[in-house]
Amino acid sequence: MIEVNALTKRYGQRTAIQDLTFHANKGEIVGFLGPNGAGKTTTMRILTGYMPPSEGQGRVAGFDLLTESFQVRKRVGYLPENVPLYPEMTVIQYLDFVAELRQISGRQDRVDEVMEQVRIDHRAESYIGNLSKGLRQRVGLGQALLHKPEVLIMDEPMDGFDPQEQIEVKKLIREIGQAQTVMLSTHILAHAQELCDRVIIIAAGRIVAEDTPERLSAQIAGGGRIHLQVDGDSHGLAEALGQMPGIVAVQPAGKDGRFDIETAPGVDGRAKIAQAVVNGGWSLLELHRDKATLEQIFIELTKNDNGEAPAQPGAAA
Amino acid sequence: MRNIWTIAKREFNQYFVSPAAYVVAFVFLLILGIIFYGQLGGTVVYGGSPQVVQWVFGPFVTLVLFLTPGVTMRLLAEEQRSGTMELLLTAPLREWELVIGKWLAAFAFMAVVIFLTSIYFLITNAFTTPGLDRGTILAAYVGFLFMCAAMLAIGVFTSSLFVNQIAAFFATMGVSLALWLVGFLFQQETGVVADIVNYIDLSGHFYNNFYTGVIDLSDIVYFVSITALFLFLTTRTIESRRWR
Ligand SMILES: Nc1ncnc2c1ncn2[C@@H]1O[C@H](COP(=O)(O)OP(=O)(O)OP(=O)(O)O)[C@@H](O)[C@H]1O
Ligand SMILES: [Mg+2]
Repeated sequence: MIEVNALTKRYGQRTAIQDLTFHANKGEIVGFLGPNGAGKTTTMRILTGYMPPSEGQGRVAGFDLLTESFQVRKRVGYLPENVPLYPEMTVIQYLDFVAELRQISGRQDRVDEVMEQVRIDHRAESYIGNLSKGLRQRVGLGQALLHKPEVLIMDEPMDGFDPQEQIEVKKLIREIGQAQTVMLSTHILAHAQELCDRVIIIAAGRIVAEDTPERLSAQIAGGGRIHLQVDGDSHGLAEALGQMPGIVAVQPAGKDGRFDIETAPGVDGRAKIAQAVVNGGWSLLELHRDKATLEQIFIELTKNDNGEAPAQPGAAA
Repeated sequence: MRNIWTIAKREFNQYFVSPAAYVVAFVFLLILGIIFYGQLGGTVVYGGSPQVVQWVFGPFVTLVLFLTPGVTMRLLAEEQRSGTMELLLTAPLREWELVIGKWLAAFAFMAVVIFLTSIYFLITNAFTTPGLDRGTILAAYVGFLFMCAAMLAIGVFTSSLFVNQIAAFFATMGVSLALWLVGFLFQQETGVVADIVNYIDLSGHFYNNFYTGVIDLSDIVYFVSITALFLFLTTRTIESRRWR
C-alpha cells in the first residue's frame, strides 16, 4: 500500500516534483506515466526510501517514509531505471548476495525459485556483464522479488525487452499485481493501458490526470475524429457536410468514399451526419468515432495552453 | 551487524575476480624480495646481525602508500558510478554497516598481502642461530596492521567522495602522503603547534615505535582514532548525499 501527500522534491533550485498526492492499494497496479524529466524516477526514489522528499510525507507498506525508512526498505522491492548490477558477478552469486543482504531464510531455495520465476535459471552461472539487456532486466526483476515485497516499484520495467519478452513480463507483473501493490513507470502508453488498473499522468513534476485507462479515454471522447464511408458516388458530400454547424473540417481519406471528419470539442455530431448523408441521397456504409487513445490524452494533457511542450519544472517554479 | 559481513565477503571476493590483485601482490613481493635478498647477502658477506624488520618494513611502508589507494579506490566510487549504490541504499542496510563492510574487505585483503611477507622472516630465521627475536617481529606486524587500517579508512573516505576511481586513487595518495610527511615541517621546532602536527604525523607513529619493535598504546590509540574518524566521515558523506 502506498499513500503520499503533497510530495515535493527540489534538487538545489530545481523543483523536480511538486505537490504529488496519490495512493495505490493492495492488489492494484498503478502506472506512472510521463515524458522525460517529468519526475517519475524522482518520485520512485522517494517511495523506495532512497532519498527523503523536500516536503510532504507518505506511508509505504504501512510505514512512514521519513521516520521509518528502514522498515519501508525491508518491505519494498525496487527495480531501478537502467538496472544497475555488478557485471563481474554471476547471476546466482548476485542473487545470493541480495538474498543474504535481505536476510532471507532458506536462501538457496528462494534464489532458485526466483530465477525460475523470472526465467533466468538457464543462465545462472553466467557473468552479469555478459548478459543481454533483456536478461539483465530479468536479473533486476529477480532481485526485486527475492524478499516477496509487499510493494513492488519498477522504473521503466519494459525497457530492454523485445515484444515477445514483453508479453511474458507483463504476465508476470499482472500475477504479482494480484496480491501485492505494484507501481511502475513508463513512457509507453500502450504498456500502461494494458497493464495498469489506474494511471497517473505526470508532467513537469505535477499530476495532470489520474484515472482508469478506460475513463481517461472517455474523458476527451467529445471532440475528435469521425470516420465516414459512403457507397458509390460521393460527389458534393464534403461540401454539404462542411456547411453543418459543429463540423470543423471534412477531408477525403482514400478513394473508396472515405472521409475523415473533424468536429468541434464537445460535439458528437454522428446522428446529424448520418441524417444529412441519407437525406442527401448518398448511401451510408460506415460511420464511427475514434476512441481517444491514451496517446492522444497524453499529448493533450502534457502540452500547455500554447500547445507547446511543457515548461521545465525549474522555470515554472 | 550481519550486513557488515555480507558486504565485506562480497567485496573481498571481488579482489580476486580480476587478475589485478594477483599482479599487485606479486609485484610487491618481488620488490621486497629483491631488497631483502640484497640486504641478506650483504649481511652474510660483511657480517652483522640481520635487521629483518627494517629490511622488510622499511621499503614496504613506502610501497603501502601506493598500494592502499589502489585497494580502496573502487570501493564506493564504483558503486556510485555504476548506480549500484541505489540498490544498496534502498536495501535494509545502514550506512555504517556498508562503510565498515567495505573497509573490512580492504583490510582483510591487505592483511593477506602483509601476511605473505612473513616468508622473509621464515627464511632468515632458518639461517640464523639462535633465531630471530619473535617479540620484535610481532610488534612490527601489529603496528603495521594498525597503520594500514588507518590508511585504508582514509581511502574508503576519499572513495566516497568520487565517482571516478582514478580520482579516488590520487586523492587517497595525496591525503596519505600529506599525513605521512607533515611531520617534516616541524621537525626542528617545539611548541603546541609543532606537538599537534607531530602527533598527527603518520610516519612518526610507525618509525618511533613499531619499527623498532615496541608497542606503545598511544600509537594504537592514534591509528584507531584515525580509522574511526574517517569511517565516520564516510558514513556522514553517504547519509548527507541522500538529502541533496
Ligand atoms: N540528482 C539530480 N540532481 C539534479 N537534478 C535532478 C537529479 N535527478 C533528477 N533531476 C531533475 O529532476 C527532474 C525530474 O527527473 P526524473 O529523473 O525524476 O525524471 P523522469 O520522469 O524519471 O524522466 P525519464 O523519463 O527521462 O526517466 C529533471 O528535470 C531532472 O533533470
Ligand atoms: Mg526516469
